[in-house]
Amino acid sequence: MQAIFAIIAALIVVSAIGAISFRNLVHCALSLVVTFCGVAALYLQLGAPFAGWVQVLVYVGAVAILIVFAILLTRSDENKPEPIFGNNWKAGGVIGLLLFSVMVYAITRDGLDSTPLPAKPELTVREIGVDLMTQYVIPLETMALLLTTAAIGAVIIAIRLCNPESSADSDTHAKAAGSVEATH
Amino acid sequence: MLGEGILKGMTQTARNFLGSYHDPKRMTTVEFPEDKIPAMENARNFPFLVFDGTDPVQGLRCVACQICEKECPPKCIFIEKDTTKKPDYIGKLQFQPKTFDIDVSVCMSCQICVEVCPFDAIKMDTRFELSTDDRFGQLLLKKRDLAKPNEYYHQVHPTEATEVDERLAAEKAKADAKAKAAAAAPKPAAAPAKTPAEKV
Amino acid sequence: MDTLIHIFSGIVTLLWRVVTDQPDQKAELLQALPQAISPLVNVILSISPILMIFPGLFALTTWLERKGLGRIQNRLGPNRTGPFGLFQPVADGLKMLTKEDIIPRNADQVIHFLAPITLVIPTFLGFAVLPMGRHLVPLNMDAGLLFFFAMGASTELSIFMAGWGSRNKYSLVGAMRAISQMISYEIPLIISSVTVVMLTGSLSLVNIVAHQSGWLGGIIPRWNVLTPWGFAGFVLFLIASLAEANRSPFDIPEAESELIAGHLTEYSGFKYALFFLAEYLGLFAMAGLSTTLFLGGWNAPFEFLDFVPSYIWFFSKLVGLVLLFIWIRGTVPRLRVDQLLNFAWKFMLPMALINLVVAAIWHYTSVWVFPASLILRWLFCAALILIPYFALGKFISNAGHFAPRTYRYAE
Repeated sequence: MQAIFAIIAALIVVSAIGAISFRNLVHCALSLVVTFCGVAALYLQLGAPFAGWVQVLVYVGAVAILIVFAILLTRSDENKPEPIFGNNWKAGGVIGLLLFSVMVYAITRDGLDSTPLPAKPELTVREIGVDLMTQYVIPLETMALLLTTAAIGAVIIAIRLCNPESSADSDTHAKAAGSVEATH
Repeated sequence: MLGEGILKGMTQTARNFLGSYHDPKRMTTVEFPEDKIPAMENARNFPFLVFDGTDPVQGLRCVACQICEKECPPKCIFIEKDTTKKPDYIGKLQFQPKTFDIDVSVCMSCQICVEVCPFDAIKMDTRFELSTDDRFGQLLLKKRDLAKPNEYYHQVHPTEATEVDERLAAEKAKADAKAKAAAAAPKPAAAPAKTPAEKV
Repeated sequence: MDTLIHIFSGIVTLLWRVVTDQPDQKAELLQALPQAISPLVNVILSISPILMIFPGLFALTTWLERKGLGRIQNRLGPNRTGPFGLFQPVADGLKMLTKEDIIPRNADQVIHFLAPITLVIPTFLGFAVLPMGRHLVPLNMDAGLLFFFAMGASTELSIFMAGWGSRNKYSLVGAMRAISQMISYEIPLIISSVTVVMLTGSLSLVNIVAHQSGWLGGIIPRWNVLTPWGFAGFVLFLIASLAEANRSPFDIPEAESELIAGHLTEYSGFKYALFFLAEYLGLFAMAGLSTTLFLGGWNAPFEFLDFVPSYIWFFSKLVGLVLLFIWIRGTVPRLRVDQLLNFAWKFMLPMALINLVVAAIWHYTSVWVFPASLILRWLFCAALILIPYFALGKFISNAGHFAPRTYRYAE
């Protein structure tokens, strides 16, 4: 088990480092996809198949596509190599080290082993569904509301973008048709 | 109803599929080369020379008038006139071609040589299966390759051939009648008085 | 020597039990093998049938497609290579293998190379949860359907990689159209399968098929397609799976006349064969999932036909659906990309959501037990589906919406 965890963790770390350090932006995005798959493998190794496959479906199947579309539709210059280190890499490095040390301290301090773990629940999809519908129904409905708002917002933006053009088009068509009929 | 057109289309294609097994109208494929569609009479590919009778040299209708050589648009006919003459179908002595070459890599099957030939000597062949693995050898057809009997012409273009034969037979009959009339004319007439009439 | 005899009898038992639909096929063979390699052999025995059957089915389908499309178009298909052209897939495979593999100099080498691989792997993985017989599922996962859709979603990324890595504007346009088509049709696909999950109460495909076993009076099977919501869901699922597999009438991504070959333009030889294989395998996986969710999987249609082994029913239903796809390909012209997306968002998504509601109504009216309640429920739910169908059909069809034609110079 330790060996498998070590391999998966190494994959995640390496691809995450790759996601911030490749020169080509699309390579960074694809390296991020490998990170997502690594996290999914971690969920599967921990015995949570639902979370693992949802991770693949949502992150690799939707978020990665979103990132890739964003790159496609906004980048016109493909081959310009950018420097890896930004301007304030020293300050960023210090902050990262601080954060890392806080997390190491929090994970390895005593007291974590002494609290008794709750009994491992039955990790079937049915249990997750029952919990979602009884104990966590309010967060579920709030997220649904959020998604609906986002979808309606997207539709409004899209309609506003294409409505002025279509009304102008129909005006010019009507004028042209009228002038053609008037000349006869 | 949405999808009505698709369902109608699918019934039509199903009918096509099932009909292709038993209905010849729905399976029009002819599996060449096992089956062939018979060529129409007016099909044409490359020209050939017609000869009457059995001897391809003596019976050749071509008199080397070189009209086809001059009229050919891509100039693919090469004729060399032979000085010795031979009798044609009427009996009159005519020139003959020593060589008659057609470059079939140039010939565009326009049939102009056939249309201008006054002697019905060159006609269009319908053979198209001329593939060979000899790269350059079969590109120039010589007189012996081009000469084909009149029976072959009947096979390939029956209506045309019968019409040509009738016309030539009529001319031959007319010429024969004229010769008989000339031969049956009174012989004891003086020879110097005859010759101006013959020349006419 | 003893172990060899045991192994041989284990193999014979395995084959016999597979053919006669019995459980525990591999037990004897795995016991006869030494302890070290038996897990490995277990895994190989589960995987290798999939690797052998589905590419074989792919070869058969390319032959069926060419002959079928030929006959629909009033011509013979290939009939020279082998009897009835049956060796044509072999000829095609040899041709693909021996073609030169051309990679553009400017192409992104790594992405261009990895794209076919990242397409084929999730497609093969998707077969692991399909129950192909009563005891013939390679992996009985609790969240089997979710795994299948996760694998389907991973394939979209590889299409992007193919389009981008080629550094060709036609490939890029083709890839963008392909991805937008696939994500648009993923939603009706998943929602129409959610109706089945809702009424079965489980995401496991084995449970879904078991829920559809049994016959009403020995004649009417309990398949999901014979319920109104199941029929609508089946039709929606089939249309969405045609779109997911990039197949006519949704084959804009590989439209030969419009985009050369879309995202496949710069691929030749074996990589093209891999893309081709992955497209057809995706089609089989979708057809397999349709039969599992709606057509009762490996269940026989009538009780007196139950003696026929279950895998024969599964594969005949799968091949029947593939023939239906070939028939549709031969009939319908290609949709334009805006017609395609309109259809997905304005027709299929509302119908899928309405189907979800109707499935819930069907479930809650199952407490009616008066005689002829089944017929009444059926008619009620069918009406609830058909009325929005006609309304939405009128809404998205533009019959009569065209302006009168005016000719500028011809009048």
